[in-house]
Amino acid sequence: MIFWGVTLNLLSGFETTLLIFGLTLLFALPLGLLVAFGAMSKFKPLRSIVKIFVWIIRGSPLMLQIIIVYYVPGFMFGAPITTRFVAVIIAFVINYACYFSEIYRGGIESIAHSQSEAGQVLGMTKGQIFFRVVLLQVIKRIIPPMSNEIITLVKDTALARVIMVVELIMEAERFSNSGMIWPLFYTMVFYLLFVGILTLLFGFIEKKLNYFRA
Amino acid sequence: MALLEVQNITKRFGTDEVLRNVSFSLAEGETLAVIGSSGSGKTTLLRCLNFLERPDTGCISIRGEVIYDAAVSQSYNDSYIQQNRLHFGLVFQSFHLFPQYTALQNITLAPELLAQKRPDYGANKKRILHEIQQEGLHILDQVGLSAKCGFYPHQLSGGQQQRVAIARALALKPDILCFDEPTSALDPELTGEVLKIIRELAQKNTTMIIVTHEMRFAYQVADQVLFMDEGLVVEHGSPQAVFDNPSNERTKRFLERYFSDE
Repeated sequence: MIFWGVTLNLLSGFETTLLIFGLTLLFALPLGLLVAFGAMSKFKPLRSIVKIFVWIIRGSPLMLQIIIVYYVPGFMFGAPITTRFVAVIIAFVINYACYFSEIYRGGIESIAHSQSEAGQVLGMTKGQIFFRVVLLQVIKRIIPPMSNEIITLVKDTALARVIMVVELIMEAERFSNSGMIWPLFYTMVFYLLFVGILTLLFGFIEKKLNYFRA
Repeated sequence: MALLEVQNITKRFGTDEVLRNVSFSLAEGETLAVIGSSGSGKTTLLRCLNFLERPDTGCISIRGEVIYDAAVSQSYNDSYIQQNRLHFGLVFQSFHLFPQYTALQNITLAPELLAQKRPDYGANKKRILHEIQQEGLHILDQVGLSAKCGFYPHQLSGGQQQRVAIARALALKPDILCFDEPTSALDPELTGEVLKIIRELAQKNTTMIIVTHEMRFAYQVADQVLFMDEGLVVEHGSPQAVFDNPSNERTKRFLERYFSDE
């Protein structure tokens, strides 16, 4: 009976974990593409700014970024971010968009320029070439590095606790603080199951895209 | 009036002059073969015609109308270039088919996208797409591949891929179809099927510019031959004139090297 009680409690923490995970993906995947375009821009000032920004974000701990997003607007501008959860999402989205952008950039630059030229001589616009010719080939190429990064995100959600957002591990710690240690270890099952499902999903997508070679 | 008129095209990459004052004209239905050793500027010439490169000097006219003038090339926007590209088709040396599309989809993709600009597209979408589909199948049949319409590029041989690439270029009905060494990436036993298709196109009076190392083929198919060396047109004339009676030393040496191998 205790087991079910603990499980239910952990599930509520896990819900927060999943929410951080899902919202981060929802915003960071498209934002990362924008950042990638910025990093590939022909306009040098934009390219430089984006590259410096990516360097700062990738070069500092996500934990620190979460703290900065939560406290700095309040200290400096008197405009505090009202909920801890929103701060976590903002920090995660920015951080992951930067990592995703580098994966996108690698993928886009690895698709031979000749594919774009083939589209050009057929009278296609830049947008048509990107969406109808290049994109699917990029997706196929970036699935392995993307799945790596997305699996890392699952576990990074545990960092939300640094500003007291009660995710799975923090939920379990409430038990260990009162002397019951096993729920902390039990959280591992949640992570493993979820990552297992994701792994199957990525395998499925990879298989789906196996109908062509690029 | 000539269908295509190329006047004094020059192209530089940095200080390297890849094309120097290249001029020629081509009448409707004619086939021009461009020969010369690698690095002579043949491919750059085709890339200029297809606006993949912009010449530094010179003009290109179609049916007497100037479509490219290097002097004002800054003023050409993307959509102008896109529009005028459609006068030309280009078949690449290594095909560059779209791997995620079937043979038929490779052919119909660009016509479908272009059709979206038609004013009646919204009203007749279904019929228009059906027509493009039928036309695609018809062209695929012309290159002898109707049985392969649902195959993806990686499931086709090199020769078949190149035939699909030719069909893809034909589908947009270009005024002038350009080939950039269409058989150079193929195993010797596969060149025949591609050359056969090009020969059939010549018989149907398709206007073509063919950059090739297949001298015998150029001799048989071309109406004009252009020999290029270091970016210059060194010799230009009928196949008989260029191959049988070359007047320039460089042409002679080039041809000797070729035919001594055979």
